[in-house]
Order: sequence, then C-alpha cells, then structure tokens
Amino acid sequence: MFAYLVRRLLLMLVTLIGISIVIFFLLRIVPGNIVDILFAAAGYVDPADKVDLEKQLGIDQPLVVQYLHWIGGLLHGDLGYSYVSEKPALQEILPRIPITARLAGLALLFSASIGIPLGVISAVKQGSRIDYALRVVSLSGLSLPSFWLGLLVLTASVAMFGQMPIFNPNPQSLGEAFATYCIPAMVVGFRSSALTMRITRSSMLEVLRQDYIRTARAKGASDAAVNYHHALKNAILPVITVIGIEAAFLIGGLIVTETVFNIPGVARFLVEAIRWRDYPIVQNLVMLIAVVVVSANFIVDMLYAVFDPRIRYTD
Amino acid sequence: MADTSDLVLDVKNLKTVFFTNSGLFKAVDDVSFTVKRGETLAIVGESGCGKSVTALSLMRLVSDPPGRIVGGSIMLEGTDLLALDEAAMRKIRGNRISMIFQEPMTSLNPVIRIGDQIVEAVRLHRNLSTKEARNIAVEMLHLVRIPEPARRAREYPHQLSGGMRQRAMIAMALACRPALLIADEPTTALDVTIQAQILALILDLQKELGTGLVLITHDLGVVAQTAQRVIVMYAGRKVEEASVEALFAAPKHPYTRGLMASIPAVPAPGIAAQERLNEIPGTVPSLVRLPKGCAFAPRCKLAVKRCEAEYPPLADWGGGHLAACWRAADVAEVA
Repeated sequence: MFAYLVRRLLLMLVTLIGISIVIFFLLRIVPGNIVDILFAAAGYVDPADKVDLEKQLGIDQPLVVQYLHWIGGLLHGDLGYSYVSEKPALQEILPRIPITARLAGLALLFSASIGIPLGVISAVKQGSRIDYALRVVSLSGLSLPSFWLGLLVLTASVAMFGQMPIFNPNPQSLGEAFATYCIPAMVVGFRSSALTMRITRSSMLEVLRQDYIRTARAKGASDAAVNYHHALKNAILPVITVIGIEAAFLIGGLIVTETVFNIPGVARFLVEAIRWRDYPIVQNLVMLIAVVVVSANFIVDMLYAVFDPRIRYTD
Repeated sequence: MADTSDLVLDVKNLKTVFFTNSGLFKAVDDVSFTVKRGETLAIVGESGCGKSVTALSLMRLVSDPPGRIVGGSIMLEGTDLLALDEAAMRKIRGNRISMIFQEPMTSLNPVIRIGDQIVEAVRLHRNLSTKEARNIAVEMLHLVRIPEPARRAREYPHQLSGGMRQRAMIAMALACRPALLIADEPTTALDVTIQAQILALILDLQKELGTGLVLITHDLGVVAQTAQRVIVMYAGRKVEEASVEALFAAPKHPYTRGLMASIPAVPAPGIAAQERLNEIPGTVPSLVRLPKGCAFAPRCKLAVKRCEAEYPPLADWGGGHLAACWRAADVAEVA
C-alpha cells in the first residue's frame, strides 16, 4: 500500500510537470502579450519603450529561461507579480480561492445530495411516472448550459422580486448567504446533479438484478434497507467516478457562472487575466486547477478502496 | 395423511403466473404438497419446470411484475402466507422460512462482511444488541463448520471459496432457526467433492434443528440420498409424488422413468459402457402454448390419443403414491 501511494504520488508529480509545460507554451502561442495590448490601447508609442517594458517584465528572454524561472519561483512559493495590478500573484489569488471553493463545494454537495437519492428512486420505480418525470428533468439538466440557466434565474428573480442577488462578501443573514452562494452553486450543480442521477439510476438498475439483492429480501430486509444498504453500497462506485470528474468540470462551469453572477472568485479572475495576457496569474491559476483535478482523481481512486473491499492497492 | 399438527408447510393448489409480452404463462399450476417437521421433501424436474418459481412463491419473492401468485394457499405453521401484507411477510422471511440459493458466488453481498450479513439477518428478527448478534453469527459460522469463524466473520465474500460461501449462506439462513428451509439447487454450482459435504451439512443441521426442508434439485442421486418424499414437476405441474422408496422402486409417470433412465450408470468391470446416454427426446414445451392434454405427451413413448386430448388427473396408486398419467399402470412394463 505504501509503495503504491509513493508511486501514485510520483505519477501525480510527473503529470503536473507535463501540465505546467503545456500551460506555459500554450499561453505563449496565444498572439500578443501584455505589452502589445497596452501599447495598442495607447496608440503609437516609442518602440524603444516597448522593448524596455518587455525587458522589465522578463518576457524578452528565451521561453525555456522564462519557464525555468517560473518553475523555480513556484518551488520557492514565489508566484511572481501580476502584470496588471503589479501586486504579488499569490496575494491576488489567495483571497479569491475560498469564494470559488465554497461555490464548488456547495455545487458538488448539491449534485450528490440531490442526484444520488433521485437516482435510487428512479431505479427502484423503474418504468413508473416518477421515473419518467425524473428522467425528463435530468435530461433538461444535461442540456441546459449553466450560463443560460444562470441568466434565467437572474431574469426570473428580477421579474418576481424586482432585484437580483448581488454578491456580498460578508453575508449578514442566512438569506443573504443563500443568495450569495447557494443560488449560483445550484445553477452550476444542476447539470452535475442530473448526470449523477442518471449514473446512479443505471448503476442501481444493474445492481438490483443481482442475486445478493434477492438474498437480502429473503432475509426479511425492508425495501429501504435493500435499496440503500445492500444495493447503493454496490452501485456507488461509478457514481463516485462521475462526481470526481464533475469536480474538475465544475471549474469550467464556474468560469461562466461567476461571470454571470458577478462573483469575484478564482474562475472569473482567470478570464480577466487571460484577456490581459497576465501570464503569472494565468499560469499559476491553471496550475492550481490542475492540482485540484489531479487530487480529485487521486481521492476518487482512494475512495474506491474504501467502498469496495475487493479493490486493494497492493505493490 | 399423518398428524396435521406436525405439518410445517401445507401448500394447496398454488398457482403462479407470469405476464409476458408473448402471453401469460403458468409457471406453477395447481401444485399442492406438505412438509412435516424435520422432513425433507425433494422437488425434482428439468430446468424451467417451475421448481424455482415454486420456491420463490413460498417466500413470496416472485417479482411482480411480471409474476404473480394467483391462487391457492401456503400455510406455514398455520399462517396463510398469501393472506399477509408485505410488512407481516417480512417478519416471516428469514425468520420462520428461509432460503439457500444456487449460486454461492453471487448470493452474498460483495461489499458487506460475512459476519455483518448474518448479524443483519439476526437483528431483523431478534431484539438483540449488535454484540449479541455478532456472537450468534460467529456461533452459526462455527455450526456450519467454517474454521476460525471469528476471523472469517470479519472477511468479505471474495475472500472465501465457493463451498465456504455456501456454508456462510446456510449459516445466514439458519441463524433464526426457521421452521422451514428451502434449498434451491444448493450444490449445483459447487465441485462434486464439496457437494457431498454441503448436502451432509444441510441434513445434519436439519436433524439438529428439526427444520422442515424443501430441497429443489434436478439430481435424482441427491434425492435418493437425502429426501423422504419427492415431487416430480413437469411444465409447471406436479406429475408425480411418492416416498423416495416407492418412487425409485416403481415410478408411475413416464417422465420420472425417463429422468431415472438418463442417469449415467457406472458400467461393471469387463462390460463395455453404453455408447450413448439415455435421453428424453424433445424439449420442455413452451409454457405459453401448452398442449391441451398432458404436457409430456409429445415426448412420451406411451402416449395414446387420450393423452393429447385430456389432462390426466393425479390418481393415488396406493400409499400416497400420486401420479398424473393415463397410462401409469403400464409404465413399469416399458423399460
């Protein structure tokens, strides 16, 4: 087990190094840099100044040198300075993380706590009206883009309450906290709850046909015990995989949703940073997202072993 | 019939049907039998003859839809199971009547520890603490001769062999000391050497606990070793019922005779083995389109006009030996 963990962590490290290279060079391929953008905005300016500024920012150096400089800094905890605000990148990113983390966490919670029970109900009542109704709702969840759903929610709240939820960094009441975090989280989580529901349903249908379900009934177990204790325990693995993958996809959903709801989180910040070709911010943020995704995968693999005793990671 | 107070199970005119796309079929049609305390009743027949559906009907575990019990009564220790609501039935399942299934490899929940699965069975029906139930579970595993029961109780099904799993299933089924145990082909999926052990175990425990046993099998060898009475089923109906001795001495139904003839015999030394095994020609008819008369008639050497026109009633040939055949009297003459 220990050897497996070490190997696994090394593999994660290799993955992250690969990702860092891809991020770095992809970002450089995008035409224009911060200097071009600034100078274009200012109209004609002396080219000597441009060279000067590029030198100042270090973007005149060969790419490999720039890359090593970034990674070297990263290892020391030095993420560089934002080109736009000229503040340390870490200072810019850190305060935004809890906002996005809260949104993502709530969205995942929403997706699991709604998707799993509804999936079970849908499977147990297969072919009934409630099954069809749930499947239609989940199909809508999969086909509604979250930005559009977000706009719908905002429009509806204006139409019904005459106002829309505005981000409040320090919510005073439960209602405010709900408007600040839960509504956007539900908008983002709707899609993944629909996906979770569908996976739970199909996985449950598979499990409910198994012999050990009949054994459980033969023992005199109640429907609830059979469905949630005996069946769900077996059906949960694919659901965990999907939730793990969704955790990664969620960040993509959040980029749009944070923009729609005007939430100053990491995801919206990333979009702004890309617009300015603010290399230190973009590459560090994408790196952060990569770490989250790789960790989510790792956690999913570990959860497998927790939920299924047949899976043991040996050396 | 003997003293009825001794009866654990009294099934009368049981009818279980399935509603399918190709029509309604009668999986169990008008089947009656009884089981006494400590007695073993074997139900024999080919695949698809309704043995397993009979067993599931006794447990009221036939999935509805597509199946439904549409008639008859199942009296277990004087209670009509068909009259109970689902909650009352749950109190009986695993408690007064329990079942061992054919596939030990898939009949235990793979993600729950063996001990916990037995504990669950105990706690569903006995008001015991987890600790007390755990002690019973270990005791049961010991009873079914699993070595190191306390350690095995903490293991998962995949860590046990097929034979061990079937022992664990038996431990679970008997944990609440049921009045009736149904064993649906309990040894079919096991190695021959293990089969004998498991059968011996079931019979020992049955004697020890005084449980009535319904043993479902297609193996007449098993029947001869274990049962006191036998029911032969064909196409959902009981075609013959007799004590084991009477049945093996003089089967009254051509189908039973055919089953016996198809058991491969070990040739005596020096004599060449039969080139080909005896078989019953043809296949079991589709239960959706049963012939009007005897369902076995199309495969029967003795069949006459009457067999195709009229279904023969179960007639008593003496000593409770029942057979449903127009030509039962002539069966003995045909080898």
